Amino acid sequence: MIDWWLILDKVILVVVIFVVSLAIAAYSTYGERKIAAVIQDRIGPDRAGPWGIFQPLADGGKFFFKEDITPNAADKFLFILGPSLFITTALMTSAIIPWGKSFFFGEHEFSLQVADLNVGILYLLAVVSIGGYGIMIGGWASNNKFALLGALRASSQMISYEVPMGMAIISIILMSNSLNLREIVDMQQGFHWNVFYQPLGFLIFLICAFAECNRAPFDLPESESELVGGYHTEYSSMKLGFFLFAEYINMFISSTIIACLFFGGYHFPGIDSLGLSPNWAAIVSICVLFAKIFFFIFFFMWVRWTLPRFRYDQLMRLGWKVLIPLSIFNVLATGAWLTFVK
Amino acid sequence: MQLTNRSKVASVKTLNWVEQIYLPAIIKGMIITFSHIFRKKATVKYPEQKRPIAGVYRGLHVLKRDEQGRENCTACGLCAVACPAEAITMEAAERQKGEENLYREEKYAAMYEINMLRCIFCGLCEEACPKDAIYLTDRILPSNYARNKFIYGKDLLVEGTAPDQRVDVTGRKKNYEMNV
Repeated sequence: MIDWWLILDKVILVVVIFVVSLAIAAYSTYGERKIAAVIQDRIGPDRAGPWGIFQPLADGGKFFFKEDITPNAADKFLFILGPSLFITTALMTSAIIPWGKSFFFGEHEFSLQVADLNVGILYLLAVVSIGGYGIMIGGWASNNKFALLGALRASSQMISYEVPMGMAIISIILMSNSLNLREIVDMQQGFHWNVFYQPLGFLIFLICAFAECNRAPFDLPESESELVGGYHTEYSSMKLGFFLFAEYINMFISSTIIACLFFGGYHFPGIDSLGLSPNWAAIVSICVLFAKIFFFIFFFMWVRWTLPRFRYDQLMRLGWKVLIPLSIFNVLATGAWLTFVK
Repeated sequence: MQLTNRSKVASVKTLNWVEQIYLPAIIKGMIITFSHIFRKKATVKYPEQKRPIAGVYRGLHVLKRDEQGRENCTACGLCAVACPAEAITMEAAERQKGEENLYREEKYAAMYEINMLRCIFCGLCEEACPKDAIYLTDRILPSNYARNKFIYGKDLLVEGTAPDQRVDVTGRKKNYEMNV
């Protein structure tokens, strides 16, 4: 028998999460420009609406009305596939994230997680890796040297930094004995946040998250000043919009993952002692998670407007000679600690 | 021999291991950028808010009238001669009977044009002018879409007769009194 309630629950949740992700991605562009501005002693966008809050809408509208150019020499099918794949995978990652405690409507439990996969983290790594194909296909299909170089840089960077990222996650998995994201989050109840037990793992994961999102100081695939925009050089109109948008969604999702893996997700010390009813507790837990997410989005932007871009050999050296040995050491140290000390 | 105290000894200093991690330096940099969030902003919101301009600013020209509203210019051509960019051109005409309220002297400029794209706003025209007629002002040359729109005729250059249409050039005048 089909559980219609479950399907209705999931449909509502998926729609809400899509809308929220897109809205946050749109307003991240606004936030990015504002933060860039205040860090550089400027004001930033302030013309569209009060304090410029309609700027993302104006930008989105502009993208739709721009001429959509497909280069003659481009591979038409792959040229469209690239941005579609990139934004699809960016949105897909949000499926396994536990956004908060469950709501209860009488007997009915409304879980705030689209899919409670028992191999949630593997799903995450898999989908994030597919995102790399979006960039690669887009860059290759453009039939442009700069785009190809950007795509090449993106793929090698993503492959290099996925290894230490996976290793950092392995040390978390060793501690939680589970690949399930909700169990990992629930393990950190109270103030047992993983960041206190795995500071090195957190640092490695954070650096890799920057690299995976193609954010400064690892924004080599784009590098406006050297590659004329990198893999999206030939893109225009909403296809370009998809690429830029997907990057902000990726940033949002990575912030969420960092919050879930290392900062207790929707848990907050003292959240249980407030004695709230389950539904209020759920609302508070969502707010707590989003506060953590917004802090990390801010952190991403803060770093971008502080650090200059890496040189390519520096990027590769950091990935292969520093982060991978460090992450292997971290896994071994965690294993030894769990075996012999605990 | 040491000439000043400002000279610095150049050295090839290798980083120690703390510096090689770079994290302390990165944190230091991030504290600096964070502190800038609370600094005073340097932005001037231009159309609403204007940067104060010095009294001696050399902007758009004005052809002055005297107190009775008569044009000062007599089309002597000294400004055109003085102009290093050759931006000024004019045609003289004789004042007819009944035009005494329009032009101060017997000769006046029937046509007076400044090509604003050639003008370098040096102020030599006002220095050359014996009749107190041409001055540079603190007004800024507006942009335009067509090149021929930048050739300013008398319609744009001569100030109005009404008190509120007069252009204040006391800042420039003071500049001359100081220099003379």
